Amino acid sequence: MNERKSDPDYVVELRNVSRQFGTQSVLRDITFGVRRGETLVVIGESGCGKSVTMKMIMNLLQPTTGDVLWHGRSVSDRSTRELTRDRLRIGYLFQGAALFDSLSVYENVAFGLKQNTKLKKAEIDQIVVERLKEVGLSETICQKKPAQLSGGMKKRVGLARALAMTPEVMLYDEPTTGLDPVMTDVINELILQTRARRPVTSIVVTHDMSTVKKVADRIIMLYPLARLDADEEQIVFEGTAEEAFQSSSPRVHQFVYGEAGDRLREMAEAS
Amino acid sequence: MSSVSTSYPRDTIIHGLGRGVINLVCLLGDLFLFGWEMLGWIITRLPPRSNLWSCMYHIGIQSIPVILITGGFIGMVLAVQSYDQFKLMHLENQIGAVIAISLVEELGPVLAAIMLAGRVGTSMSAELGTMRVTEQIDALRALGADPIHYLVVPRFLACCLLIPLLTIIADAIGILGGWFFSTQILGVDSFYYWYYSKNFVFAYDVLGGIFKSFFFGAAISLISCHRGFHCGAGAEGVGKAATQAFVYSFIVIMILDFLLGVSIVNFYHFMQTVYPGVVR
Repeated sequence: MNERKSDPDYVVELRNVSRQFGTQSVLRDITFGVRRGETLVVIGESGCGKSVTMKMIMNLLQPTTGDVLWHGRSVSDRSTRELTRDRLRIGYLFQGAALFDSLSVYENVAFGLKQNTKLKKAEIDQIVVERLKEVGLSETICQKKPAQLSGGMKKRVGLARALAMTPEVMLYDEPTTGLDPVMTDVINELILQTRARRPVTSIVVTHDMSTVKKVADRIIMLYPLARLDADEEQIVFEGTAEEAFQSSSPRVHQFVYGEAGDRLREMAEAS
Repeated sequence: MSSVSTSYPRDTIIHGLGRGVINLVCLLGDLFLFGWEMLGWIITRLPPRSNLWSCMYHIGIQSIPVILITGGFIGMVLAVQSYDQFKLMHLENQIGAVIAISLVEELGPVLAAIMLAGRVGTSMSAELGTMRVTEQIDALRALGADPIHYLVVPRFLACCLLIPLLTIIADAIGILGGWFFSTQILGVDSFYYWYYSKNFVFAYDVLGGIFKSFFFGAAISLISCHRGFHCGAGAEGVGKAATQAFVYSFIVIMILDFLLGVSIVNFYHFMQTVYPGVVR
């Protein structure tokens, strides 16, 4: 069992969390926490369970075993109403932005406010415009539909939508996937600016090392269970970005430097 | 010493049958829980009116052209198929009664429901399936909305309210279509067409058909939304969900048609016994 100690400063914590889909195990006995104001980056290869971890933090998926805690209290202890209320304190930027196709940009960004507050239209309008400005978009795109936006614009609208509810915790699920290098850095800058503007705790899932270097206070690296022995921990690294790049662990080294190594031969043998 | 080889029993037809039964029971249970949660929302909090109007427009208004075509051609086909037999017995003037009864009791509700399962049901399941695979349903939860309340309830209400109305339109257009073909092409006397239609079709027959169509609408919406919510990954998953929505809706419509038909007839006989002449 994972022996990492609980910290009273943890805003979000996973304790001995495992997740299975049918007979396939994706996460095994994961334990980590995120302190207030910290930016934790979760890295790892495709299929190691990073997005699953994010969704469990948000309670969009439930762990098979183990516990997810928000502010020291288990998510499973909360009633449905408490869960819905407390979940609003967490903002989520989905991998593909997950904008609502049938709604305009304005309606997307205002969605959470209309759904959960009794703000007047003028107040909502003001918040929407401010959030769009914050992510570098003008109010002229308010009437556009998501299908009319580029990938980078969609991500920024998704970020504006997540920030509209003034969350305490921000989850970024592969925020730069599919974007060009310039837009990647724009998103990285927005993550930093969001943190600078408001006291937000951030968890970023990515395999983009430029994002890791730019935004991470601390990194954890997950490894695919299929390539671990039964007694090995799935979190193979925990530390700063600098420590990751200086790590002597072959698994960490291979990932952070992007080296194929023996992987191609292993894949050929497996198929 | 000979080595012992480990061999596993091959899957037989019994295994397949067992798996099929288990899957069916799981599906029915999941559908029941899905419907139960949806009914809970209907009782406690209705969805935003903008959602409801939008669903009603898509399900109701935009289905009218197809319903008109379906109803009209059903009526004309009935006229074509029944005229010769009626003419043999010199009863061709009573063809209006056959067309009207067939339409209001059976063909109108069932064929309209099947057509709407194809048009509305597949569209709903594809839309919700796409939302599932693009994480929009997760995004709804993340933003404090319940996906069943926001997405399913307006569709269910729209189907329950509007499919009976569309059935009435289908019946009316079918009777008109039958009139047109019977009188203009087959030479049936228009007076007798309407005379026998009116005298052989009672309010109970019409209400029975509408009663059935209410349940058909509920089944189409529930099954289609459930398939969309539980679709597999990618475009293949969405396509499969849309196909399943139609096929399952079709099967359930057939089963409901039979069960409700038996109930309606039995209720009629019961009422005739207890309160003769009240139900007509």
